[in-house]
Amino acid sequence: MSELINKEIGEKDCCNIIEIKGLNKWYGDFHALKNIDLNVKEGEIIVICGPSGSGKSTLIRCVNFLEKFQEGSITVDGTELTDDVKKIRQIRSEVSMVFQHFNLFPHLSIINNLTLAPIWVHNETRQEAREKALKLLDRVGIKDQAEKYPNQLSGGQQQRVAIARALCTSPKIMLFDEPTSALDPEMISEVLDVMIELAKEGITMVCVTHEMGFAKKVADRVIFMDVGQVIEQNTPDKFFDNPESERLQTFLDQILTQ
Amino acid sequence: MAIYPLKETRTPPKSQTKAIAWLKDNLFSSISNAALTFVALYVIYLLLPPILNWTIFDANFDLTADNQSCGREGACWSFINANLKMFIYGFYPEEELWRVNTMFGLIAVLVIFGSLIKKSQYRAHYIIGSFLIYPVVAFVLLYGGLGLEIVETDKWGGLTLTVVVAAIGIIASFPLGILFALGRQSEMRVVKFISVIYIEFVRGVPLITILFMASVVLPLFFSAGMDFDKLLRALIGITLFQTAYIAEVIRGGLQAIPKGQYEAADAAGLSFMQKTILIILPQALKISIPNIVGSFIALFKDTTLLLIIGLFDMLAIVGAASSNSSWLGRETEGYVFVAMVIWVILYLMSRYSKRLEVRFSTEHR
Repeated sequence: MSELINKEIGEKDCCNIIEIKGLNKWYGDFHALKNIDLNVKEGEIIVICGPSGSGKSTLIRCVNFLEKFQEGSITVDGTELTDDVKKIRQIRSEVSMVFQHFNLFPHLSIINNLTLAPIWVHNETRQEAREKALKLLDRVGIKDQAEKYPNQLSGGQQQRVAIARALCTSPKIMLFDEPTSALDPEMISEVLDVMIELAKEGITMVCVTHEMGFAKKVADRVIFMDVGQVIEQNTPDKFFDNPESERLQTFLDQILTQ
Repeated sequence: MAIYPLKETRTPPKSQTKAIAWLKDNLFSSISNAALTFVALYVIYLLLPPILNWTIFDANFDLTADNQSCGREGACWSFINANLKMFIYGFYPEEELWRVNTMFGLIAVLVIFGSLIKKSQYRAHYIIGSFLIYPVVAFVLLYGGLGLEIVETDKWGGLTLTVVVAAIGIIASFPLGILFALGRQSEMRVVKFISVIYIEFVRGVPLITILFMASVVLPLFFSAGMDFDKLLRALIGITLFQTAYIAEVIRGGLQAIPKGQYEAADAAGLSFMQKTILIILPQALKISIPNIVGSFIALFKDTTLLLIIGLFDMLAIVGAASSNSSWLGRETEGYVFVAMVIWVILYLMSRYSKRLEVRFSTEHR
């Protein structure tokens, strides 16, 4: 993990770690994703925003195959996603996800939530996994809660545990699916702080979020989606100061004047 | 605008005398509640004296009394004492009773030793090992072999038979029930189809029909020489029956697991087996504990149906014992006694279920 995390931000124009080509997805008759083309470079921080129902969550859930898609291709770190279970598991072992509702395992203590995947998917010893987990818990500021159960923690703490759990497998890519949307306002910043720290360390991140402050601060690219397609993408400066499409202007007006 | 200072916290006001407050809250909180309280008191007044008179005040506690000297106005508890062995062991040969006692004693030893090594890292091995080895030992003790005289299953009876049938039914149906519950949730159409057909078929048929099928119809399919044990057939019938119910109970638990748990397990790269065993089943089983135990309690009671196919469980023993010419007309004592024994066992099971729930609770610890 350390070589990934310590990587310099300057290396970002190397190679695509995620390549999405001509992606189409339907729920029944509903066309949820329309011909999406998107490349993510290694170490890049991407923020995806857009109104609800625009397909942004569906898009990132396709990357680790939590959602099946009908047309197009997704290649993650050189491996193309197919129905092949082995390939799916291989990609999932390199891609971690943080969910809106945390999805911690309530029957396991915090430390066991963290060590589960390292032990069972990455064949680490209990000892190794535990040491690494404690380090990560320390990093997200909840080392002293290691033996507690998820339901004993606040929402903000649970989401920080979820981030630590996602990091525990030394992933190449982190997907965030609205990580702060289910949190009380006073807890949002403690989670965002952890994410900002992470972004500085150079891991590839794709975040679906409405936290525009976060986007401005760390994103390399901001993507606006609506009705299942990418409407506009740009660097944060241009995205927020000079939105080109009318839809994005309206959207920004709405969320920034809240 | 105004600023408000922080108020001090204080203890809640003391209500009046505790007993009176309790009565007011629980028995006389409204007019209809008060009326119900009086009706209930009246019913107790009508029922309790005759019950107490029969079981205690008019009863004969002389444990050596015979049927004649006992008298007819109250219970004759010497009937239980005289037939106690039959109630517990059925028709098991007198000189081999130590084998049954050893079998039950071993359970106690295993449980006590298990509670002593609660903290040990080998506890899981111990529990799994016990579950694998003990049934073999118990079978040899009860049935015979390895130098022990064979005791045919038609000699088994009473509480022993009840406990053995219930225990085997519970232990065998639990893993099978899990498999069928998972099968019913499966995305593989064939597996799902078979599971649904099995569960719905068995649940649509009363246990008594299955027992009849097992004891009367099944032998028709075998040639005369191949006829196998009546108790074994009953056990298979009961296990098949219980499996369907356990499967439905566990399916309820599975359905209560949020989709996010499956997604988190998938996203972490766990395989289907790992996801099922490490994430889904522990949570589903925890939710299902009360219903699983409820289902086992129902099974325990259902073992009394064994008398229909000619096996002498504890309830059937009452009939056998009271038709003995020296104890004619003492069924009531027998049934009351059996009812009390069964109630105690079931009450303990239900208390144990409560304890399990508390132990596995990770909500507010």
